Amino acid sequence: MCATTSSDLENLFSDYALDQAFDEMRNGDGAVRAHYGALADVLVRLPAEELRRRKQSADLSFLTQGITFTVYGRDEGTERIFPYDLLPRLITGQEWQHIERGLIQRITALNEFLRDIYSEARILTDKIIPSELVYSCRQYRRQMRGLQVPRNVYVAVVGSDLLRLNTGEFVVLEDNLRVPSGVSYMLTNRRVMKRTFPRLFHGYGVRPIEHYPQLLLSTLRSLAPEGRVEPNIVLLTPGVFNSAYFEHTFLARQMGIELVEGRDLVTHDNIVYMRTTDGLKRVDVIYRRVDDDFSDPLAFRSDSILGCAGLLNAYRAGNVTITNAFGTGLADDKALYAYVPKIIRYYLGEDPILNNVETYLMTDERERRHVLANIDKLVVKAVGESGGYGMLIGPHSTAQQREEFARRIEANPRNYIAQPTLDFSRAPCLIGDRLEPRHVDLRPYILFGDKVNVVPGGLTRVALEKGSLVVNSSQGGGSKDTWVLQ
Amino acid sequence: MLSRVADSLYWMSRYLERAENTLRQLDVTMNLMLDPGEATTELRWSRLVEALGSPAGMEWNGNLDAMAREVIFNKANPSSVIFCLSAARENARQVRDEISSEQWLRLNRLFHHIQSTGAKEQYERDSGEMLASVMDGIHLFKGVSDTTMIHGPGWQFIRLGRYLERVYATATLLEVFQAHHAPVPDGEKTGYEYLEQVGLLRCCTAFEAYCQVYTADIVTERILEFLLLNRHFPHAIRYAVESVSESMQAISASGSRRSPDELLACVGRLSAMLSYTTIGEVLRGGATPFLHSLRQQSMLVHNVIYRHYVHYSIQSALSA
Repeated sequence: MCATTSSDLENLFSDYALDQAFDEMRNGDGAVRAHYGALADVLVRLPAEELRRRKQSADLSFLTQGITFTVYGRDEGTERIFPYDLLPRLITGQEWQHIERGLIQRITALNEFLRDIYSEARILTDKIIPSELVYSCRQYRRQMRGLQVPRNVYVAVVGSDLLRLNTGEFVVLEDNLRVPSGVSYMLTNRRVMKRTFPRLFHGYGVRPIEHYPQLLLSTLRSLAPEGRVEPNIVLLTPGVFNSAYFEHTFLARQMGIELVEGRDLVTHDNIVYMRTTDGLKRVDVIYRRVDDDFSDPLAFRSDSILGCAGLLNAYRAGNVTITNAFGTGLADDKALYAYVPKIIRYYLGEDPILNNVETYLMTDERERRHVLANIDKLVVKAVGESGGYGMLIGPHSTAQQREEFARRIEANPRNYIAQPTLDFSRAPCLIGDRLEPRHVDLRPYILFGDKVNVVPGGLTRVALEKGSLVVNSSQGGGSKDTWVLQ
Repeated sequence: MLSRVADSLYWMSRYLERAENTLRQLDVTMNLMLDPGEATTELRWSRLVEALGSPAGMEWNGNLDAMAREVIFNKANPSSVIFCLSAARENARQVRDEISSEQWLRLNRLFHHIQSTGAKEQYERDSGEMLASVMDGIHLFKGVSDTTMIHGPGWQFIRLGRYLERVYATATLLEVFQAHHAPVPDGEKTGYEYLEQVGLLRCCTAFEAYCQVYTADIVTERILEFLLLNRHFPHAIRYAVESVSESMQAISASGSRRSPDELLACVGRLSAMLSYTTIGEVLRGGATPFLHSLRQQSMLVHNVIYRHYVHYSIQSALSA
């Protein structure tokens, strides 16, 4: 291996500006962090031509494998490949250990919170959380009250979004407890990366993530109703027009389970069946990728044709396990998010390992006034939205947008929260032929069955536009592979 | 297997077979047009369209090149090659978890190929080569299907789609040929007629196989005998019907439900029509009514399969 000289590095970093945001690759003086050294060596050595070739072959591989997501509202070319950056994001073993412990703690507490809320609701009687906040949440499902959930696991599959602040600390921005997606991109990114940089990958000793589907399957199996020895497990998808359809087929195939749509299911005497060529076959576990609202027209939205009538009753009767449970969105409500540290202390008697982002509740008179006065510096979010919609980024907004949000906050304070505009960390990306830093987040995937498992890695999402803080794929975001080192 | 999945696999396969059939007939017809013969370009075109089942939007407009491009590249026409390939791929996309990655890769690549400007340029440069490349893609897909997929019910539904489509399309083709080529007494045959007859065989990739059985002595009656009644040639109707019957039995044996008598009866009748007869008998009764009846029967088989395996009522399944 040839040594990298400082002039090589200077050339490599000529378009790579640093400021107060934490940089994943370089420390404050601009020197390459130790664990990024081998990657920098490779980048210095590889001609731009060769990098471009590898990028093209990776792109082609995504397209022919049909690894695409659906863009809504367009006729032609509705399938796009998920934008993808060629360079891996590295996380040291030590950093990962901390993240893993923090996530296990957090998910355990949130699951306990859901169990409590949908049974005796002690946390409300003890006045740790105002009950008004819970009962006014749109994701609260009264139908779940008193329903006995198998093994008391409400959230079997979770993807939490983490950011890294300029101190280098990882914080949780949001917990996705309903139907988190993106795990197929984590797995396919890895597959492509191993082919693109085999030697580098080998040299780094990256921890494997490929067993995720197997882990998911055993998680689902562990939640099967009592007495069903060889449970029939299915993945319920909204269908081919859903933006995450590729992921649904991918996971079903990797797990070797049936991919069903609502129209494949029928319930009779509180038992769920699927229509097969060999008649009706009983279903025991449903890994649900359809939102609560659309799952059962009898229990939730009556105009939905994506679900299956009678599902909730079969679930209540204990004849089928549905996971994640209904009503878990309560615990990732953005206003309740502010209470997660209290939730952790209440149920586990521990201090949170991973901190929250500071959050202002608009229902609090004083905080609201502070936010309205400083709206140009803050990020305002609608509590029930995701995917980067319904959001105001103060410093990047117009006066008109700010007025609009101020009016909406006054009209419905419960529906909004505000957070400081975070200068979260940046990682090197290949933009054209040049190395440039872009903002990244991290979504690790957590599975909760017999015990809590966090797969070492996750989806690193990238805001590919220069200076942009929005990483969502629906809004110009991309992804990169995440390498957790030994 | 899920009924919906069976439905998608069946139609994926049927659409591919249809695309292949269209490509081959188009290729042969364009070739025949090089030799003037008695038939005008317009007449030949209308025969082709009839043999494809008289789809709308393919009426002769005087410009052969434009017409051929319509048949291959017009996405809006439900009989075009590109439409069939898109439909096949869309069906495959809905059952991505059921087919092998290799199958999906081939089909997806074929789909992207025919959509590309490269395919159009290739067509302008050398139409025959372009048609052949798409047919190759379809053959490759079939081969990969046979070698990478479990030969369970899903694979059998793929075979059902392929062979039912083949029965229907070949019967239609023969019917059109019958209507336009009344048998001529021996000895009066012109070179042009020879070309037409060879063209018919080529539409079914049957020329070389025919020669192996009957030598290069091309006789209309024997062509009909070969394409209708041969047991060993995959594009002969009898072979296709036997394949349908085999797949039917395999599907029935893989499940716990018995096939209904209705289904056994209609597949059995179709098979008997072709097994216990001679070409002499068929011609005495009239080839056209015979072919017409074959088509009717194959549609009936399709309907009964759907009633039993795909669109059955919940109540009947619960009480079964």
